[in-house]
Amino acid sequence: MPDGAAPTPSSGTDVAVSTSALSRRFGDLVAVNNVSLSVLPGEIFGLIGSNGAGKSTLIKMLTTLLPPSSGGARVAGFDIIGEPGQVRRSIGYVPQMLSADGALTGYENLLLSARLYVIPRRERADRIAEALAMMNLTRDADRLVQHYSGGMIRRLEIAQSMLHRPKILVMDEPTVGLDPLARHAVWDDIRTLRETRRMTILLTTHDMEEADELCDRLALMHHGRIEVIGAPAELKRQVGPEATLDDVFAHFTGLDIEAEGYRQAREARRSAREHG
Amino acid sequence: MAKYAGISPVTDYATQVLAVADAELSKLRHDPMELLSRAVQPALWLVLFGQVMAQVRGLAGDINYLDFLAPGILAQSVLFVAIFYGIAAIWERDLGVLHRYLVSPAPRTALVLGKALSSGVRGLSQAVVVYVLSFVLGIQVSLEPRHVLGVIAFIALGSALFCTLSLIVACIVRTRERFMGIGQMLTMPIFFASNAIYPIRLMPLWLQAISRLNPLTYEVDGLRAFMLRNGVSTIGIGLDFLVLIATFTALVAIAARLYPRMGE
Repeated sequence: MPDGAAPTPSSGTDVAVSTSALSRRFGDLVAVNNVSLSVLPGEIFGLIGSNGAGKSTLIKMLTTLLPPSSGGARVAGFDIIGEPGQVRRSIGYVPQMLSADGALTGYENLLLSARLYVIPRRERADRIAEALAMMNLTRDADRLVQHYSGGMIRRLEIAQSMLHRPKILVMDEPTVGLDPLARHAVWDDIRTLRETRRMTILLTTHDMEEADELCDRLALMHHGRIEVIGAPAELKRQVGPEATLDDVFAHFTGLDIEAEGYRQAREARRSAREHG
Repeated sequence: MAKYAGISPVTDYATQVLAVADAELSKLRHDPMELLSRAVQPALWLVLFGQVMAQVRGLAGDINYLDFLAPGILAQSVLFVAIFYGIAAIWERDLGVLHRYLVSPAPRTALVLGKALSSGVRGLSQAVVVYVLSFVLGIQVSLEPRHVLGVIAFIALGSALFCTLSLIVACIVRTRERFMGIGQMLTMPIFFASNAIYPIRLMPLWLQAISRLNPLTYEVDGLRAFMLRNGVSTIGIGLDFLVLIATFTALVAIAARLYPRMGE
């Protein structure tokens, strides 16, 4: 096995992520309720739903940050409960909140990730340079991240999460709070990663345009449950001719997409950046 | 079980600990003002408090009171720097930076040890400040290499210990506001129920008992033996060291269990 590559599981990997009856309760609240889904290798899979639908909780379980209350899941062929270390090595994670450290430079952030994932010393410089180039950050590598724009920070975070060449990239609301230009740049990055690295991408989003443009398949979550899974076109067809994803969302949840959630998340992210 | 990429588990672990510590120290390089601002408090204690209390005869037995006080103030300033780590951890959680650490394959103890190590280095920068002040005030500081090494060891250990304690408190209280309150409630008793600014024998018996359970007492005792030209330990260097190591080990084990909960 080459140095610094993600581990290979003993069991088959015909699916990238599979959950079976995965649930998480917080006291009386069932944040994730009996979720069973499969994400195929190489696909861009989107979890959509309003704030509090359970998307982030589901993501936290899949990234081993949060233990499930019941049920289980395999990520890249590894069990999230029994093999958390292997899961962590196999995935890259871009959290919803700012995970790049504003008090460090872009390069230092990447170096930190490279070392945490124990990328061999002789490969570190090359991989960091490659990631910086790919995310178009080479010129800004030695600036403190607190002076970066929102889009640059997101790209740095993506660079950080792919240094160890994970098979699966998990992104929680990758474009919340970004201006349209930066948002499209991140979409392009995500597509490039899938094409050039054959990565599987699992993301959550509030943004129906993002879901429609970017994702191969979607799972719509509502009150902790998966209401429907399918390709965007297929979901729209189910609701009716001329239907948009907004209509799909309204049809399956009974909610209006202009729910406050989106604005709240946007503001949370903006204030997080200001504090950074 | 898949093979792991690194050279050996030990060097991998060291790489991960150093990654965390180095990131912390890079922040210090970018913002060295932090160090200067932290020099104010020990200066106040030594120059104001120390000069006045030095007028009280026999407070520290045969030793000049300023000589007695300097290692105590060194330990105090190290304690205050280390306690800051808990609030920094909550801050990192609120921002999301913590999640980057927690989704990495680094063992949780490596994450805690990395923070503790950087706290040790920050503590050493405090030592430089207190040594300079001590020279100015004519305190009998020893610069013998083995004494300096002893001071380094006790500062690094004490600092790492209180940093880890602070992380544990942060994992329990979870919010900045609560930590602010608890931090005060923690540092002042640790400081006053120790031998930092007066000898234990002056304390009422109940306070003497408490101070013997206080890790800061052992740190100060070790520092007093190594920092001063005629320094003596009243407890015994070996015991000081042992108590600090054992406490630190136990705290790291607890912190490594609690730390992941911050990311939930």
